[in-house]
Amino acid sequence: MLELSRVSKLFNPGTPDEKIALHDISLKLNPGDFVTVIGSNGAGKSTLMNIISGVMKPDAGEVRIEGAVISQLPEFRRSRWIGRVFQDPMAGTAPHMTIEENLAMAYTRGKQRGLGLSIKSGRRAMFKEELSKLGIGLEGRLRAKVGLLSGGERQALSLLMATFTKPQILLLDEHTAALDPARAELITRLTDRIVRELNLTTLMVTHNMEQAIRLGNRLIMMDKGRIILDINEQRKKTLTVEELLAEFEQISGHKLSDDRVVLG
Amino acid sequence: MLDSLLGALELGLLYSLMALGVYITYRILDFPDLTVDGSFTTGGGIAAVMITHGYNPWLASLAAFGGGLLAGICTGLLHTKGKINALLSGIIMMIALYSINMRIMGKPNTSLLGESTVFSSVNAFITMPIAVILILLLLNLFLRTDLGLALRATGDNARMIRSFGANTDTTTVLGVSLANGLVALSGALVAQQSGFADISMGIGMIVIGLASVIIGEAIFGATNVIHTTISVVLGAIVYRIVVALALRVEWLDTSDLKLITAIIVIIALVLPTARRALRQKQLAKRRTEELSSQLGSRTSRTVGGDF
Repeated sequence: MLELSRVSKLFNPGTPDEKIALHDISLKLNPGDFVTVIGSNGAGKSTLMNIISGVMKPDAGEVRIEGAVISQLPEFRRSRWIGRVFQDPMAGTAPHMTIEENLAMAYTRGKQRGLGLSIKSGRRAMFKEELSKLGIGLEGRLRAKVGLLSGGERQALSLLMATFTKPQILLLDEHTAALDPARAELITRLTDRIVRELNLTTLMVTHNMEQAIRLGNRLIMMDKGRIILDINEQRKKTLTVEELLAEFEQISGHKLSDDRVVLG
Repeated sequence: MLDSLLGALELGLLYSLMALGVYITYRILDFPDLTVDGSFTTGGGIAAVMITHGYNPWLASLAAFGGGLLAGICTGLLHTKGKINALLSGIIMMIALYSINMRIMGKPNTSLLGESTVFSSVNAFITMPIAVILILLLLNLFLRTDLGLALRATGDNARMIRSFGANTDTTTVLGVSLANGLVALSGALVAQQSGFADISMGIGMIVIGLASVIIGEAIFGATNVIHTTISVVLGAIVYRIVVALALRVEWLDTSDLKLITAIIVIIALVLPTARRALRQKQLAKRRTEELSSQLGSRTSRTVGGDF
């Protein structure tokens, strides 16, 4: 489904700040895989997301989706395969536009946008139904400006917008990290449910070790631009946070250092 | 008095199309576009030259709109493909257009006296309201299409709309182009109404446009796009009324107009920010006192909580 082969990325080449962000990364996701990604600060998790989504282009290697090489396509052309939720709840929605307008933009993801009216009665009914599945009452506020919603509500809407058109690949970049624990838990539950129901091929970066173990069918660990550990479904079922941390220390030779790490 | 008010209404309607153009760039795209000072004259120049060469004044106005579209495309491309700062792109085009406008007109001033214009057969008080309402309708319809939403999102959250597959370079160029088309059309109509096109007719247009947008939003409100566009048109009319009143003050000269406009814009820009800051400060102070008195009586308390 998604395949990265020997992808490398260098930051600030030729300057004193030169840094290898990704080093020779190869990764293959099968259809329906839900992979969680953990790693310390600067491990390259966000760079990995940016390379897949097209915000950055790799200096070496290839990215393929369904066999097609997409590594040189600009970000906006990849959106027909990729749905994304960002860490910042403000990033995934347009604040001065209404909930239904935001959904209409998500609905036309990756399609040619023409001069057809964006909100038609058929679409509105569908948006309402999709919103009601979130179970947080947004279906009654179709014409409210998104800027008036709380961070949790905006993130739930972002999640819906990224998923309801069933993208081939769903990228979640620490999408619960900026929320308080109660709201983060709600978004986590919604994510789990939506990914299962739609059987989406998903890559999720998280700082929450417990979440990384509980969600998905595969866990990969990154350090200094490399994938240092790939844990399959079988092992993941019995894995504990302590074991995971110990394993990290053993392979990388240092403690998992991250000021935001949540152990569970 | 009534005469000057009616005159202000007429001018306001003529300039409201320019104000709508400024609204598209400044508010929707968040792109402070200074091309306006040049493209307004481009519109006036194209219309004047075509009319003096015997073309139909409606066709001349349409061509002026097209000229504005082209000017806007250039500014948009400078910014998106040339990666030049938005303000600078506009300034560069504004200067370039001065020479281009001179080439179009061939001389600094083209008179339209005795020529047939769009206002010759039908009075401007009938033509302009119909034209403005029609353009308001078309603009609002466009801003509600899928493409229109992508254009609005480009100014609201470019990163988000890119992640949903819109080419924000294209939408930016489209928006700046459309805005300058309206500005040039406004220039064409102003030239026909005043009976001449002049190389300096566009000077200060951007500030007048901003004044109209800000005055309109402040007085008539801006809850959504339809509401705001109507407010902007009304703002352009109010601006002309303020100018007409200012001109009745004995010790003010016509040349003081630009200074008055600048002062109106400064007040309109500074006042809301200062007021908001003051209100925020007061609110923070009050809430801090409330919260600390509550926390004093209880040791712990959950804040927020519910989704």
